[in-house]
Amino acid sequence: MLPNLNNLPTYDTVGVNERIDRFRSRSIKKASKVEGLKLALSMIDLTTLEGKDTRGKIEQLCYKAMHPHDTLKDIPTVAAVCVYPTYVAIAKEALKGSGIQVASVATAFPSGNSKLQVKLDDTKYAVEQGADEIDMVISRGEFLSGNYQYVYDEIVAVKKACGKAHLKVILETGELDTLDNVRKASEIAMYAGADFIKTSTGKIQPAATMQVTYVMFDAIKDFYLKTGKMIGMKPAGGISTSKIALQYLVMLNEVLGEKWMNKKYFRFGASSLANDILMQLVKAETGAYQSPNYFSKD
Amino acid sequence: MSKNNNFKATWTYADAPESTDHIQIKKQYELFIDGRFVKPIKGKYFDTINPSNQEKIASVAEATSEDVDVAVKAANKAFKSWSKLSGKERGKYIYRIARLIQERAREFAVIETLDGGKPIRESRDIDIPLAANHFFYYAGWADKLEYAFPNRKPKPIGVAGQIIPWNFPLLMAAWKIAPALATGNTVVLKPAETTPLTALKLAEIIKESGLPKGVVNIITGAGETGASIVNHPNVDKIAFTGSTGVGKFIQKAIAGTSKKVTLELGGKGANIIFEDAAIDQAVEGIVNAIFFNQGHVCCAGSRLFVQESVANLVIEKLKRRLETLIIGNPLDKNTDIGAINSTKQLKTINKYIKIGLDEGCEIYQPECNLPKNGNWCPPTLFLNVSQSHRIVQEEIFGPVLTVQTFRTIDEVIEKANNTPYGLSAGVWTQKGAKIFNLTQKLKAGIIWANTFNKFDPASPFGGYKESGFGREGGLHGLKSYVKFDD
Repeated sequence: MLPNLNNLPTYDTVGVNERIDRFRSRSIKKASKVEGLKLALSMIDLTTLEGKDTRGKIEQLCYKAMHPHDTLKDIPTVAAVCVYPTYVAIAKEALKGSGIQVASVATAFPSGNSKLQVKLDDTKYAVEQGADEIDMVISRGEFLSGNYQYVYDEIVAVKKACGKAHLKVILETGELDTLDNVRKASEIAMYAGADFIKTSTGKIQPAATMQVTYVMFDAIKDFYLKTGKMIGMKPAGGISTSKIALQYLVMLNEVLGEKWMNKKYFRFGASSLANDILMQLVKAETGAYQSPNYFSKD
Repeated sequence: MSKNNNFKATWTYADAPESTDHIQIKKQYELFIDGRFVKPIKGKYFDTINPSNQEKIASVAEATSEDVDVAVKAANKAFKSWSKLSGKERGKYIYRIARLIQERAREFAVIETLDGGKPIRESRDIDIPLAANHFFYYAGWADKLEYAFPNRKPKPIGVAGQIIPWNFPLLMAAWKIAPALATGNTVVLKPAETTPLTALKLAEIIKESGLPKGVVNIITGAGETGASIVNHPNVDKIAFTGSTGVGKFIQKAIAGTSKKVTLELGGKGANIIFEDAAIDQAVEGIVNAIFFNQGHVCCAGSRLFVQESVANLVIEKLKRRLETLIIGNPLDKNTDIGAINSTKQLKTINKYIKIGLDEGCEIYQPECNLPKNGNWCPPTLFLNVSQSHRIVQEEIFGPVLTVQTFRTIDEVIEKANNTPYGLSAGVWTQKGAKIFNLTQKLKAGIIWANTFNKFDPASPFGGYKESGFGREGGLHGLKSYVKFDD
């Protein structure tokens, strides 16, 4: 049932910014940095969501996902590869036996402006193709016009269409305007059955910010305290450097804590982050930065 | 029905200590009088200690009444020419001091942390930049005093005797020296005996700036040195920041003299959380209000008032937040709470914690591994307390928060004002009208809305009732250092 949205906590932007500054000023060095970088790498949903995607592109990306850097020892693979539904089968085949999940966007991504049946068909198609995870978008237009029940029902229906696949619900926070709206949308998504809540499609600016991620963490925490159910979190878009990724991890560490510090409950939706992390890991091992040309771009 | 509300962090951050090899500390510090560093007449010295490990940092000269006399004479002599100098020229010197502080900000921050125990995050991001900003701000006023007081001719008072506390050593020196210089006064300043080093480093900067000799004199010592300044007949103005007890002593000592005085004394600030506040940010505000600088803040929000409808929620959130605070080596960039400034202050804090326990209050302290050596006190909450408890009435000046609940606005206003102090208060609500209603009725010199412990050179700071009188900062801060013929 749609939760009561009238008594939700509110957020003060100035206060949230201050708290974010505290996370950003943490100094992460030496062993803790290497630990954090490896963890961040293992949490990446390596993503390509372009009109010009092809079989070749997807296969190359999948190889990169399995072999981020073959000469570096003890590094994890990424968590998942995220593609459009039409490329799920190709990714599934390419990643066979690697343990890497295939995530697919669905529900008329990125705008979500289509009728429910089309969205459900889109979802079912992706699942049939073998997607382990579905990244759906909410109907922001309905949300902003106050039609929360519609948004809720839609997520419930998509969740059902997912079957065994995990459902990530994209709020597209860049279009929701206020932190209070982000909290409201998080609440709707979690009660409707989301396994993950996700900030952005990556197609709208601003994409993920630490501010909205913080508010979503807070919503996840409260939901857990109320229901005992752990919801995952995925900031996506704009997280391109190790430094920013570590700041997100510091925030995760200090707000949600150890139980969320793994790829089951936290993901980065990113494409160029992986190479920056690898560059930092090589630097940590050898003491020198290498040219970007030493890191494969797939 | 929380199942397991443990959100503890396990990713521990590797040590990230700020380096100390770029700082210069002498083995022994002398008195800064008449533009020179001179030995104390009686030849006595005292040690200044690093409170986080109890190691001695340096020996510091102890000024006796004879030294005070020399310093006041130097200030008096310098006043004749300094007070005649044009505002524009005075401003140049003050700007120069501000820039020199900025250039050496890193060194100042490390020394402030070594000597006083506050986390480097605070000395680096708050104390030192704010101190430089105060000099910049008042440098700007130096040639505009006629506009600050239209149609009146502001004149400097003379020699200002300034006595400052140990909680914000350099910042308090800046608050005192900058407006005094801008208005054409000369200064004899005494830093606190537990934290004299940054004031002495400031003396080095003042020397380097070429400020005419005798305009600023910095002498070190304890209470007796301070008393000699207060009682010196040629001191025209006393500016004191510190305890209410000493403030009362100063009032008595100068009674019947023509000395002007400003006192910035203790506080027991009320921090009021309404049910319609942004609760998560309010919890953060509670932490900033009482655990900033280990609670060694006169304007700390040491009395928390929470509306009963959200009391449990706020207290649960606050407890969880306390578990994530990092307490330890003040020089580590990740430290949130540093060392208690002195053994003496730690004794006072522990005395009050014992009083709270004896009075039957419910105590909460998060689990934390405090370092073995040095002065440490974990962040402490006292729950279910009432106005009648001593820990609610008296200033503790440490990381100890009392938590009370209230039902209505009138009730909380009455309780918040029911204290001999009146320095600061905080109001947390998303309703603007409620904020204005409370700010009119709370008897406090500074009231923050939806934030706490924010400072700006342009904003006046000072208290009501036993928290003192006179304002520092802003246009109001100039007024304490000028007189008018009319």
